[in-house]
Amino acid sequence: MILVGSLDDIPLGEAVRVDAEVPIAVFNVDGELFAIDDTCTHQDASLADGWVEGCAVECPLHAACFDLRTGMPSGPPAKLPVRTHEVVVDDGVVYVRVTESVEAAA
Amino acid sequence: MRTVAVIGGSLAGLSAARALREQGYDGRIVVVGEEDLFPYDRPPLSKEFLAGKIEMAELALTTPTEDAALDLEWRLGDPATGLDRGARAVVLASGREVPADGVVVATGARARTLPGDLHGVHTLRTADDAVALRRDLVVSRRLVVIGGGFIGAEVASTARDMGLEVTVIESDPVPLGRVLGADLAATCAELHRDNGVHLITGEVVTGLAGNGRVSAVHLAGGRTEPADVVVVGIGAAPNVEWLAGSGIEHDHRGVWTDDAGATNVPQVVAAGDCAFSPCAYAGTAVRHEHWTNAVRQPAAAVSTLLGATPAPPTPPYFWSDQYGARLQFAGHRLPDDAVEIIDGDPADRRFVAGYRHNGELVAVFAMNQPKLFGRWRRQLSPRIVPAGLP
Repeated sequence: MILVGSLDDIPLGEAVRVDAEVPIAVFNVDGELFAIDDTCTHQDASLADGWVEGCAVECPLHAACFDLRTGMPSGPPAKLPVRTHEVVVDDGVVYVRVTESVEAAA
Repeated sequence: MRTVAVIGGSLAGLSAARALREQGYDGRIVVVGEEDLFPYDRPPLSKEFLAGKIEMAELALTTPTEDAALDLEWRLGDPATGLDRGARAVVLASGREVPADGVVVATGARARTLPGDLHGVHTLRTADDAVALRRDLVVSRRLVVIGGGFIGAEVASTARDMGLEVTVIESDPVPLGRVLGADLAATCAELHRDNGVHLITGEVVTGLAGNGRVSAVHLAGGRTEPADVVVVGIGAAPNVEWLAGSGIEHDHRGVWTDDAGATNVPQVVAAGDCAFSPCAYAGTAVRHEHWTNAVRQPAAAVSTLLGATPAPPTPPYFWSDQYGARLQFAGHRLPDDAVEIIDGDPADRRFVAGYRHNGELVAVFAMNQPKLFGRWRRQLSPRIVPAGLP
C-alpha cells in the first residue's frame, strides 16, 4: 500500500496527488474517499486539478468527465476509463492499495 | 425528419451526429466530409503528433463500438459543393446528391495561406499538413513561423524541442495582444525568448524568397530571415463558399446564425468553426475556432433542428500548451475590460488573471494554474445577449 497522508490533509471537495508507479489522485467527496489514476486517458492532464461535482471529476483541460467510483468516462473526448484503487484509512492515515493492472481494474 | 445531413466530418460534425442520437433522433444521419479520414482530434497536430510522439490511430475521435452505435452513413473524401433547397438535397463534388430534410452545416475553416508556390512552406490544419511539416522539420535547421498566435507558438515550441533554430514573426506589437491584452500577452511572449526562440514583433512579412524551395522570409524595411522551412500561421477562413446560391446568409465571417444555431433557412442549422453567431460572452457575433465550441455549439444547433430548447451557452474556452506552459482562457476580452491578477504572479509563470467589465468578471486567463482556472471559469458573467442575426 502507498501512504497518501493524513486524512486532515484532504479537505472536503479536494484532491491530492501521490506518486505511485503512475500518479494517483485521491478525492474526498463528502467524507468518502476515492482513488483513481491521476492522468486523464485523453491527454496529459492531472485529474487532481479537475472540478469535482458529485461523484464525477471533470478533467481541467478538455472537460472529459470520469466517474470516481468506476473510472468510466461519461462522454467525449475521453474514450478509455481510468483505473480505480482501493482506499484504506487507518487511524486517520490514508493509504491506497494500487490496482495491479488495467485488466484487474476492468 | 427522416434524414439529417451533417456537412463536415471533423469534431463539430461528429459532435452534431452524437447530439442527434443523444437527443433522441432515430432517422438516417449522413455525414459528409472533405477529408478521406474519420474524425480525428486536431489539437495534438501542433504538439505530440508533430513531435512524432503519438500516432494517427491515437487521434481517432470515435471507436468502432461507438461508431456502430451511432449508426452513421459516411460520405468521406467527397465534399459538399452545393445546397439545393428546391430539391432538398446536398450536392457533393462527385455529383452525387444526399437528399435531406434537415441539414447541419459544420464545414469548419481552412488555414489562410500566403501567395506563392515554394516547397518548404506549410500551413497546419489537417493530419496531412502535420505529416508533411514533420517530414520537413526533421531535415531542417532553421524554421521561420509567420504569425505568433497559438498554432504558431505551439509549432515553434515543438520545433525547438526537435532542435531547430526558430524565429517567430508577428505583425502586431506583441503576439496574442488582441486576445489577452498587452500586459498578459507580454508574459506569454517571454516564453518564446526564454526558450531560445527569436521573436520579431511589429514587422510585416512582404514575401518569401527561394528557388523552388523556400530560403528566406522578407520583411518590410528590407530585413531578411533565412529559413529552411516556413510555417504560415495567420489564421483561418470559414469554408462557406459552397453555400453560394443556396439562399443561406453567409459572408467572409462565416454562416450567419442566431444564438441557437438557426440560419435564415428553416431546417438548416450551422455550428463550429464555420458559424458566425451571437455570443453572450463576447456581447457580439463572433466565429469561434475553439475545440470546445466545436463540441458544444453543434449540440445546441441540433436542439434547434429538433425543435427543442438548447442548453444555455457556456463561456468560450480554449487552451494552449507551449514550452511546457499550460495557457487557458475562458470568456471573451474586449479592449476596455479592466485586468487584474487574481492569484499568483506572472513573474512566476503561475497565475490567474481576471478581466472585468463594469465590475463583472467576464473573462479569465491562467498560466500553469488549471485547478484555480477551473474554479474561476465557472464564475464568469455574460455581457449582453444580442438578439437576432448578426
